[in-house]
Amino acid sequence: MSSRQEILTRIAGALRDVPEDEGAEAAPADRRSPVVRHPPDPVALFAERAAEYRAAVTRTTESEASAAIGAALAARSPARLVVPHGFPEAWLPARRTWQRLEDDPPLRPAQLDAADGALTTCALAVAETGTLVLDAGPGQGRRALTLLPDFHLCVLRSAQIAPDVPTALRGLDPCCPLTFVSGPSATSDIELERVEGVHGPRVLHIVIVEPDSRGADTHP
Amino acid sequence: MTRTAKNEPPGVVWLGTPHFPVAARTAVGDPQLRENLRRATTTIRSRRLAAVGELDDWEDLRTAGAAVKRAALRHLDTHLLRLEESVERAGGTVHWAADAAEANRIVTELVRATGEREVVKVKSMATQEIGLNEALSAAGITAYETDLAELIVQLADDRPSHILVPAIHKNRTEIRELFTTTMGQWGRPAPENLTADPAALAEAARLHLRERFLRARVAVSGANFACADTGTVVVVESEGNGRMCLTLPETLITVMGIEKVLPTFADLDVFLQLLPRSATGERMNPYTSMWTGTHDGDGPRDFHLVLLDNGRTATLRDTVGRQALACIRCSACLNVCPVYERTGGHAYGSPYPGPIGAVLTPQLAGIEHAPSLPFASTLCGACYDACPVKIDIPEVLLHLRARAVESKRGPLPSPEALVMKAAATTLASPRALAWAQRAAALGGRVLARRGVLRRLPGPLARWSASRDTAAPPRETFRAWWRRTHRRPGQ
Ligand code: SF4
Repeated sequence: MSSRQEILTRIAGALRDVPEDEGAEAAPADRRSPVVRHPPDPVALFAERAAEYRAAVTRTTESEASAAIGAALAARSPARLVVPHGFPEAWLPARRTWQRLEDDPPLRPAQLDAADGALTTCALAVAETGTLVLDAGPGQGRRALTLLPDFHLCVLRSAQIAPDVPTALRGLDPCCPLTFVSGPSATSDIELERVEGVHGPRVLHIVIVEPDSRGADTHP
Repeated sequence: MTRTAKNEPPGVVWLGTPHFPVAARTAVGDPQLRENLRRATTTIRSRRLAAVGELDDWEDLRTAGAAVKRAALRHLDTHLLRLEESVERAGGTVHWAADAAEANRIVTELVRATGEREVVKVKSMATQEIGLNEALSAAGITAYETDLAELIVQLADDRPSHILVPAIHKNRTEIRELFTTTMGQWGRPAPENLTADPAALAEAARLHLRERFLRARVAVSGANFACADTGTVVVVESEGNGRMCLTLPETLITVMGIEKVLPTFADLDVFLQLLPRSATGERMNPYTSMWTGTHDGDGPRDFHLVLLDNGRTATLRDTVGRQALACIRCSACLNVCPVYERTGGHAYGSPYPGPIGAVLTPQLAGIEHAPSLPFASTLCGACYDACPVKIDIPEVLLHLRARAVESKRGPLPSPEALVMKAAATTLASPRALAWAQRAAALGGRVLARRGVLRRLPGPLARWSASRDTAAPPRETFRAWWRRTHRRPGQ
């Protein structure tokens, strides 16, 4: 008997107490869907929570996005920046002091490791937890791009911010590789003291782009 | 430090030191360890309370989490078959391992097939349980741990003592010393003039491991969850070493206990809220990776999922004990446990310490092999209150205590079995319980020669024929506790 068959037989034997007609599909009675939360201002909440995890957060508007991104980059002055295919051209700063790496053909790990940062979009974000979710879509590229360089600048539109984890999950396609990012990499392994930056990027900067009309309201 | 793993026959690393009272005595006598533990568990407890207190539907989430897990276990075969189909449809390969030896063999052969002699590893309890690193090493393959705490443990040739922060028993000065003296033997040495500042130590680990990640062709991981409907596998982590291992190598081998399967991807809505808040007291851990089979041009080209039984189906058979399989390894129960806080994780003798270890290890290993563990508790109930999937650990402990006593019946006279049977109510009476436990310890001694049970009776004979079994402890947990914990004036 193969181990597969053996294990399945053992399971069937172990579950003799389960009635024949109890379906595997039926959701258990106690399984209620989690509450969907409605924070009054999801954008502010996301910005606050992401900052609590020591991500730098900039809020800007569509028309000022490229300047805000330029300023965020200037703080790091990268020489080589990974900017994957599909990153909105309109958001790229007019004055470029860095060389763009597009990952086409794919960069070798050592080349990626030598890059000074990655500038990407994301699939969506979660307000309640300050989380970004990457799904390797256009403007994001494959997973390694936002992993090896020490600096990740991620740009998203405010409309991409979901209030909570359950809502975010419903907006994701599990056929893509998914990476949830909440702040820079961290460890608390030494005496539970939180240290930012172990293997993933040590600096995470998030730029939230809001529609222009709203920007006009808040910056009279 | 208790270090018996090396003396165990291969494949049972996880039965390291099941004599809880003896191991605990050593640990309690170590003031450094006790202080580290006290500080760590106190900190993490208050963080967890804050994170949990933020959600007004926390109790509903716990109820939902418990319901999903328990229902999934009741149809485990259906979900595993569906998972297999989904993973294979997405380009992965599924293997089934009935026990530790088979899982080790499968992984070893998969690594051999790549021609590589090194693998990088993400912290995984299942691979600790089966002693994978040792098995690989016997086959000439070096497994490099990449989680900071696991790296510390590996460099120290030590054993993990906490599910989540396995090096919780070491302080910064000890770690600095360790990095300085040992890193060079494994790869890039620690920077000169390394300080004991945790940031400097983390930086040293980053540099040490970076070249290894860039070179790695094969990775071995565990899994926190796997969704049957989509075939999506989930790894929850903090440092990014998980992402490195899951993304950079060409071959990824994931070893997962069969109980980790969730029916649907949608079920993650509960667990991605329950796990980080219960574990580190964070709203969300820094990184969670999900992958579904293989992804063209992104990450490993070969993905193997090894489904591990190793005592889980036996645990499933027990309708009371079964609930322990719902555990999502958050470690909240460790951090609230008064016994764990004083003894640390090593005393529990398996990769599963604390209250969950006390109910899981005896079931996975067979109650006869860890009979003192169900007694390693004061039944205060704090673990149950903290558990995000509502495992009633005190209930399982009591149930296993009864089984521990019963397991010695059969051809042997068993005074403790009679006592326990005749007076189930004695469990409520400390003195009667103390007596029953002492009797149980003495009963076991009759069989033992030089502290080792050479051959177990009845159905256990096959198990014990190939390995030595530790005899039940001479001193019961309660006797030890009384002797070592008398406060002045008492
Ligand atoms: S038993 Fe519950 S509290 Fe303990 S580690 Fe498992 S899930 Fe967490």
